[in-house]
Amino acid sequence: MKLRSLLFLPGNSPGMLLNGTVLEADALILDLEDAVAPEQKDAARKLLVEAMRSLDFGERKVVIRINACDTEFWEADLEALVPLRPFAIMPPKVSSADYLQPLLERLDELENRHQIPLGSIQLIPLLETAAGVASAREIALSSARNLALFLGAEDYTADIGASRTQGGAEIFLARSQIVLAAKSAGIGAIDTPFTDAQDLAGLKADAELAKSLGFTAKASISPHHLAGIHEVFSPKSEEISYALEVLECLDRGIKAGQGAVSLRGKMIDKPIELRALRTLSMASDLGLLDAGQSKFFDEYQNEQLRS
Amino acid sequence: MSKLYTDLGKLIAHLDIPNGSRISFHHHLRNGDYVLNAVMAELAKQGKRDLTINASAFFDCHEPLIELIEKGVVSGLECNYMSAKLGAAIGLGILEKPVIFRTHGGRPKAILDAVTPIDFAFIAAPTADYQGNLSGKYGPSACGSLGYAFPDARAAKTVIALSDNLIDEALADYSIPGCEVDYVVSLEQIGNPQGIVSGTTQVTRDPIGLLMAQLAVKTIQASGLLKDGFSFQTGAGGASLASAKYLHELMLEQGIKGSFGLGGITSYLVKMLEDGCFETLYDVQCFDLAAVESIRNNPQHREVSAMHYAAPSKQGALVDHLDLVILGATEIDRNFNVNVHTNSQGQIMGGSGGHSDTAAGAKLAMIIAPLIRARMPLILPEIQCVSTPGESIDCVVTQYGIAVNPARSELKARLEDAGLPLKSISELEQIATKISGRPQIQKASGRVIAEILYRDGSRLSEIRQKA
Repeated sequence: MKLRSLLFLPGNSPGMLLNGTVLEADALILDLEDAVAPEQKDAARKLLVEAMRSLDFGERKVVIRINACDTEFWEADLEALVPLRPFAIMPPKVSSADYLQPLLERLDELENRHQIPLGSIQLIPLLETAAGVASAREIALSSARNLALFLGAEDYTADIGASRTQGGAEIFLARSQIVLAAKSAGIGAIDTPFTDAQDLAGLKADAELAKSLGFTAKASISPHHLAGIHEVFSPKSEEISYALEVLECLDRGIKAGQGAVSLRGKMIDKPIELRALRTLSMASDLGLLDAGQSKFFDEYQNEQLRS
Repeated sequence: MSKLYTDLGKLIAHLDIPNGSRISFHHHLRNGDYVLNAVMAELAKQGKRDLTINASAFFDCHEPLIELIEKGVVSGLECNYMSAKLGAAIGLGILEKPVIFRTHGGRPKAILDAVTPIDFAFIAAPTADYQGNLSGKYGPSACGSLGYAFPDARAAKTVIALSDNLIDEALADYSIPGCEVDYVVSLEQIGNPQGIVSGTTQVTRDPIGLLMAQLAVKTIQASGLLKDGFSFQTGAGGASLASAKYLHELMLEQGIKGSFGLGGITSYLVKMLEDGCFETLYDVQCFDLAAVESIRNNPQHREVSAMHYAAPSKQGALVDHLDLVILGATEIDRNFNVNVHTNSQGQIMGGSGGHSDTAAGAKLAMIIAPLIRARMPLILPEIQCVSTPGESIDCVVTQYGIAVNPARSELKARLEDAGLPLKSISELEQIATKISGRPQIQKASGRVIAEILYRDGSRLSEIRQKA
């Protein structure tokens, strides 16, 4: 799935919501929480409903960040927006699996009421407290709706009493914990936004670090960051070439009846194959494979399914 | 006989300017100009009436003209551009005769052909010597090029230079020669440096502006024009400057050596010259301090007259050799006709400047503009007035896609091959209408308050007063 970048847009800004129809984000997080003052919650909710009804967001996935489940707003947020079938709901300040239960029940009920296939609206729990990060794995495993875990570093560092730094040492453990929890549950891990809109070099370094730790995507509060995030989280041409070589090598080995194959003196084992498959799957979603490469990749996958 | 005067009032008394005279000014001091107001105040003080002012542009700093129009001192205005304050007053009907709008190329042609003769040209000169040699490059009020003042100096019956930097030595690097200047008046200050040029011109940070600029540069790349010898003009607007920035990066990356950059010059074009993207800059007007410094110091950065820049002639002007011009627009109709004279309510707030001159001359005339601006769609079935005829516009780049003029099938094919997001002008109109709704435009039906003349002097359009 093409989900490298998620761009926050304030739910109370018509102009910025309109920008969402042309900015090159893979997903848009339409925000009803922090971006909207309490007295503007109703107006913003109505604006989002109208925006989702009338604007064409194209291939961009629409994620709604609702208000926290310990506020008076979240149920009204769901009531209004679930009928419009957003790609995912992002509940903030998720601190435990139990915290999500009322939300999951409400989602089931609303999907039933609006004849939406049960479980089709996914969840991206936002972990931004010490309790949430500590409970990452149980949260990740709490629902089949979970698409990814998302680290919110600003609130998290405030909660643990640390200062945010550009190097990010203070969130290293949280980042790794969330990646570990997400991957062990078979879902994605989304990194926290980089907060300096003008520092594109800093953004790139931060995204590289997140990718190296195992994150699959990065959120952004600035459209200026999208190109850098896409560059980091898209497979590079040499990665694609290597992945194709790996599968071609395995393919030749299978056809020759070999039990084990090696490439450039290194044994190709299952993890290497899986990494190659992930790289090519992403490359295929992004249209980075030529016709011959696409054909080979499709045939390889079909062959795997048959066997 | 000495040309020097130290008192503007005494000189004006000496000139004995008749009522009904036609007087001119240039706009190189832009919104920092003190000269037009100072001269007009003196003329009013000496009881002159029924004067016609032909200025290359009027800015908001010229607001005192409103009172002079109401008092009958001024009865006619001609220009290539008019800012919103004076435009709003014209919209209220303070001037009986319609304002005559020309283009940056049409004005010098009309002056030199005596279609609009100038009796007295008042030329603000950042530096002048005792002979009347004038330059814009030096002095506390330096503005760089004096390109728009050349026709006035050459053709006016009487030429008066006004300077706050009168030098004793002979000025070697002059723009306007003393043989065209009758009088030189010393003023304490001819302008406010902060309003004359920007300290720096900034590329937009607006993500939509940057998106459009990226699309514009992809369009230029796909057009086939971006190769050695490439020539280019762009404005100083945010998205236009962003296009120049991306183009600069692309030219460096691909090692493309262009021939010339043209028009109003900013630091971005100066940087392109310094980086070898162009052999020459032809400068009719400097927009920022970097451009002023460059025209002063770099021999490859040449000052050009308004005639050489854009006047239609059988010998051709620089605009006729342009590969690409990037332009803005307030409104566009389905036939690609562009309005840059008024806002969507029909109020005067601009003018053609070099818009239609460059669009006519360039091989690729590209409009770059957001499809919706302040809830108003860019593309409308009917626009308030026509500043540039659609037949000279090749494509419109918006954040929602690119519309190519149907008459440019070759360009369309090239952009299609490059996989660019093409839309018809009607499709863009529909996208905008779907978002903003169709505005109920109240077309003005009152008397004509301005006439828009094309670069050849023919009547292109008119602006009417709101009922």
